[in-house]
Amino acid sequence: MTRILQVTLNGRARSDAISDNVLLLDYLREIVGLTGTKTGCDGGECGACTVLVDDQPRLSCLTLAATVEGRSVDTVESLAADGPLSAVQRGFHEKLGSQCGYCTPGFIMASAGLLRRNPRPSEDDIRAALGSNICRCTGYVKIIEAVMHAAELHAAGLTP
Amino acid sequence: MNEIVPAHNIGDYVPLVDGPEKVSGRAKYTADIIAPGMLAGRILRSPYSHAEILEVDIADAAKLPGVKAIVTGADCHKGFGVLPIARTEYPLARDRVRYCGEPVAAVAAIDEATAKEALRRIKLKVRELPAYHSARAAMAPDAVDLHPHRAKNIERDVFFELGDVAAGFAAADLVREGTYNCAEVCQNQMEMHAALADYDAVRDRITVHASTQVPYYVHLMLSQILDMDMSRIRVIKPHVGGGFGCRTETLNVELIAALLARKAGGHVRMVVNREETFITHRGRPETDIKLKIGMRKDGHITAVECECIMRGGAHSGYGIVTILYAGSMLYAIYDLHNVKYIGKRVLTNTPPCGAFRGHGTVDIRFAFESLLDDMTIALAIDPFAVRRANLLNAPTFTDNDLMVNSYGLPECLDWVEQESGWQTRKGKLPKTNGVSKGLGMACSHYISGASKPVNWTGEPHATVKLKLDFDGSIALLTGAADIGQGSSTVLVQSVAEVLGLNLSRIRIITGDSDVVPKDNGSYSSRVTFMVGNAAIDAAQNLKAVLVAAAARKLEANPGEIECLGELYRAGAQDKGLTFNEVVTEALKDTGTLTVTGIYSTIPASHGGKKYRGAAIGGTMGYSYSAQVVEVSVDEETGVVTVDKVWVAHDCGKALNRLAVEGQVQGSVWMGMGQAMSEEAAYHNGLMLTANMLDYRVPTIQDSPPIEVGIVESVDPHGPFGAKEAGEGSLAAFLPALTNAVADATGLRFNDLPVTPDRVFAAIERRARGRKTNGGA
Repeated sequence: MTRILQVTLNGRARSDAISDNVLLLDYLREIVGLTGTKTGCDGGECGACTVLVDDQPRLSCLTLAATVEGRSVDTVESLAADGPLSAVQRGFHEKLGSQCGYCTPGFIMASAGLLRRNPRPSEDDIRAALGSNICRCTGYVKIIEAVMHAAELHAAGLTP
Repeated sequence: MNEIVPAHNIGDYVPLVDGPEKVSGRAKYTADIIAPGMLAGRILRSPYSHAEILEVDIADAAKLPGVKAIVTGADCHKGFGVLPIARTEYPLARDRVRYCGEPVAAVAAIDEATAKEALRRIKLKVRELPAYHSARAAMAPDAVDLHPHRAKNIERDVFFELGDVAAGFAAADLVREGTYNCAEVCQNQMEMHAALADYDAVRDRITVHASTQVPYYVHLMLSQILDMDMSRIRVIKPHVGGGFGCRTETLNVELIAALLARKAGGHVRMVVNREETFITHRGRPETDIKLKIGMRKDGHITAVECECIMRGGAHSGYGIVTILYAGSMLYAIYDLHNVKYIGKRVLTNTPPCGAFRGHGTVDIRFAFESLLDDMTIALAIDPFAVRRANLLNAPTFTDNDLMVNSYGLPECLDWVEQESGWQTRKGKLPKTNGVSKGLGMACSHYISGASKPVNWTGEPHATVKLKLDFDGSIALLTGAADIGQGSSTVLVQSVAEVLGLNLSRIRIITGDSDVVPKDNGSYSSRVTFMVGNAAIDAAQNLKAVLVAAAARKLEANPGEIECLGELYRAGAQDKGLTFNEVVTEALKDTGTLTVTGIYSTIPASHGGKKYRGAAIGGTMGYSYSAQVVEVSVDEETGVVTVDKVWVAHDCGKALNRLAVEGQVQGSVWMGMGQAMSEEAAYHNGLMLTANMLDYRVPTIQDSPPIEVGIVESVDPHGPFGAKEAGEGSLAAFLPALTNAVADATGLRFNDLPVTPDRVFAAIERRARGRKTNGGA
């Protein structure tokens, strides 16, 4: 069945014809054409598809697009509101929180979600917030440093 | 006056040159390239472990509207494989299927749903054959051969005995034996396999986008499988989401996409899901090791005898090389003489294994450093003292003719010993509330690229081109595949350093066979060493051209010209020329400047000839690693927590300190996964762990702080002295972990992974044993 999905995506209102059973992940990547959000597994196991729905991290591979009707959805492409890179993006870039980059959009959205609700996270807060994101390159050490650095940049005025 | 000075970057903390694309979501990986009209490709995989194919009936599937092409083994006339001497795997199984999950047919259709329905309609008729899921079963005298050219399912038998092993054991004060089993593990890189194939029927040309570490090998195998001239093939490598060896050979996925595209006369998009990615495998084989070491009271090793059996899976792949590395790389870390090695690479009805980070050196190093630890306890000597009693004296050649010029292992040992507080803390860590703490140490090493390339063409080992034109920006053209390890950054750094320029003057272009020079690929940690040296050569050649132009313009001798990066001048008093002015002058000779840089390994580094396959292990420079691991073992639950890791890695020279730290941490952590939680498990050949819950890689909550010490032994041949940084530290973690657990609990684990249930069972067994003996 086809329906019209109305959603605020990356700050802009959109209407798209979608089928009832399309995943939010596939809606973003294949219908809207925003390929920053990644598919990393066969469902719910890796966090690479993490986006923010009303500022809350959600796995878009386990979310039907129809269920975000009327909500606001943010993908990695929405960041960098007041500069070429946002605080989290700069953190991951400058501290090598990103190597191959494939898990990066998911980590960045989960981290942005964290900083939006807790601008001064402890290392334990960071580990808890990123516990469902898998990275195979970094061993997570520099990811934690990246988020710490992002928190400092955010405290200095840069949007997460 | 503002003095212009040459820019330097070597040794800095340099964010990756392609970082902004990755953090903004703009980086395109293969599956991100979605164009209208692309056909969806899907693979039908064998549910049988071992069977003769009687018929693949595609008639019903072909009738389904929207199906544009179907291919089977009948479309595959030649085999493929990474080693020229072992090309016996078909992209789609022909005559026989040899593992559960092996591709037998593939469909290109207008969308995924149609492709899936078409697969459902394909009927497979087989005659099942006995299947062998363990190396032992496959080697049984009555076992059916998986491949007609490999009798008794032995892909490769290796034997060497150097020195006098019997005398060595006779001279030992202590001889100990150990038996070890390391489970099969998968790379589980974050990007699943994907390929796009676009066949131009008008020109009979094909363009393939592949998520690969080796575009050149993909190019060769496409030509082989399509029976198409190489000049009509274009291979493009987009951003790649990790490799670790899983894509360091051409995969069936890439070849199947191409076969479908040509048959359909169109553009096929083949995205392989996570389960299929696990089954495509090319990971580290299950390895059984029997090891015997002889040691004197002072810790000096007098003899080694080792038997190694690898369960290789259904096809050759890198198998021959893996089993050879396990033997040859016993050397080049310690001063060993009197070594006997027997290796068997066995074919089994399981997904084919490949070259996983650290290749054949990892499991053997686990066994070796574990047995050393056992013996240090028996002799009551310090493990650091044992390593120091066996150090090489570089520069040297090992008994198996491996060249060692730079050797930072002593400094690595010093650093981790110091930073971990080993001497003051070992044996004095508290036990509280049933949690015992322990410290363990171990060492490992790895090559900086195999000196003898897999495809021996007589060409230089690496080629880099630089292009400089009117706009003053330098394009660095290389086939080197950045898979996240930061190779593009290191190459840009190298060119910038030689020319004294800021990194921003240089733009790197890679991954398109129509445009860039061929590169052998990103494997065995060759890129920094080989391609780095070629980049330096190219930059020096470019500098000579610019200096000559500046000399001409300034009416001076080239020998008088000082290159300060953005300024070229004839002596300190000369106003000189800006970089752009020099470029303008240089363009007058030939227009756009293009220069070449090359690098070749020296014959002395090619390994030996003392036994068949002795060249494997030969390299221009080895990295060295020493690690200390601190654990807490909860004796009530069996849970082992790694509290901290100290790792010192001798990378010759850290060109990018940030990337070296990141790679060392990543490799140590990957070792942790193998040591503690990862295992590819099967039931009658069906992979049970083909998802990321059952195949357990550590999450951020499981992962410890990892302190990295960079040791710089400055290799005489390395680019600015550099050696590899991406693989050498993985292996040491495994034994350092089990040594730490042994320190904490007195229990030695010789089988990996050391999971909580195994620890708990061992604790229980010991407690029961004590009760039976009347307590203690």
